[in-house]
Amino acid sequence: MAEELDVSDILQEENGVDEEEEDDDDEEAMTAPEVLQKLEEAWLNEKFSPELLPVKSNLVECMLAQINAMEMNIENAKKADLRVSIHRMEIDRIRFVVSSYLRRRLAKIEKFTSHVLQEEAKRRDTDAPLLSDAELEFAKGYEANMKNHLASTALKHMPTNAATFNDKEMAVLPQLDSYVFLRVNETTENVLVEEASVDVGEEIMDLEKGDQHIMMYKPISALVESGAVSLI
Amino acid sequence: MLAEKALDLVRELQRSLDGTLSPYNEDKIRQVLEEMQTLFDQNKDKAHFAAEGQTHLLSAIQLRHAAIRRNKRCLLAYLYNRLEQIKKMRWEFSSVLPSDVKYNMCEQEVQWFNQYNRLLANYMRSLGDNGGLDLTQDMKPPKALYVLVRCLVDHGEFETQDGTTILLKKNSQHYLMRAECEHLIRQGILEHIVQ
Repeated sequence: MAEELDVSDILQEENGVDEEEEDDDDEEAMTAPEVLQKLEEAWLNEKFSPELLPVKSNLVECMLAQINAMEMNIENAKKADLRVSIHRMEIDRIRFVVSSYLRRRLAKIEKFTSHVLQEEAKRRDTDAPLLSDAELEFAKGYEANMKNHLASTALKHMPTNAATFNDKEMAVLPQLDSYVFLRVNETTENVLVEEASVDVGEEIMDLEKGDQHIMMYKPISALVESGAVSLI
Repeated sequence: MLAEKALDLVRELQRSLDGTLSPYNEDKIRQVLEEMQTLFDQNKDKAHFAAEGQTHLLSAIQLRHAAIRRNKRCLLAYLYNRLEQIKKMRWEFSSVLPSDVKYNMCEQEVQWFNQYNRLLANYMRSLGDNGGLDLTQDMKPPKALYVLVRCLVDHGEFETQDGTTILLKKNSQHYLMRAECEHLIRQGILEHIVQ
């Protein structure tokens, strides 16, 4: 990781991306390595969490723009220059992270299509969007296509009381009680790990910065979203 | 036994789950659908009597109803998992499927596949502002910029990014940029030599 950041440092000096990014982000300005680090974090979280997390369109777009800028720079550079191959390598790495992140999201969207669409519909305008516009379009198209296929091959020919597709019965839901590895970024106290039930009392835990745990995903899902913990 | 044919379909899936697609079993699907229809018709007849007070018929009706639902579940699972399989191949072989896979798909599956391709292409085109990003590339974390590959078949000429043309002849070895030859490796034309 350290090596990667070093390289991005060099790139950032050369590309002068700072100006380019400021208008692109509504939060405070970030430098390229920071964006990359954020994206890597989002990528790992997405990779290990059982459910779909809110999309980080800003980071993805910013990194893709960055790749383009770097490619332009390379074209202008001399071929034999050592820096060219280092840059190429770095581009490859960034592109892998971006692609892998988006691929993982698509796979989840395909798996939990109707659940994801319901969640997106429930979302209030003030919340962070779960899906990007393109992903939303993809999800809708995918759901329609799947239902259409099942209807034309089987459901249409079934007796009337079985011929409908029941979302509630059939939809695949994410396994929120699966266990995940996590690292704590910010000390958080009084996390309710288990609600009180008949045989055991409630379990409350303090998460200290730097700790690593294996825990059920559900109780800490909000912390993943806020960035207080990251999945590893 | 009730719903046995539907279970057969699911078994068939399980047997072929190693990256191949078994032929679309239209015959069996039709038989399952017929069984469902028969069960439904029987239930319709008997429901009439049961409503009139012959309660001993109720358990038989319930059993048939459960069988209908089980048939439905197995059938949908069969169809859904076939699509999953086809989808996996889309990511492996790009949008053109090998002819033996295509041969085993039914007409609706071909339609579904075309539609899926369109959705995926639209999505990938919308990424970034420079004509999109091909997500089927960069499947593995890059270790090095160049890889040593060996040709497994005679593929003909291949033009690299910097404009030089090389001849991909069977058993010849080349040192190529990973990003360029990833597709060829996955299609089985080149083999990555790990040292």
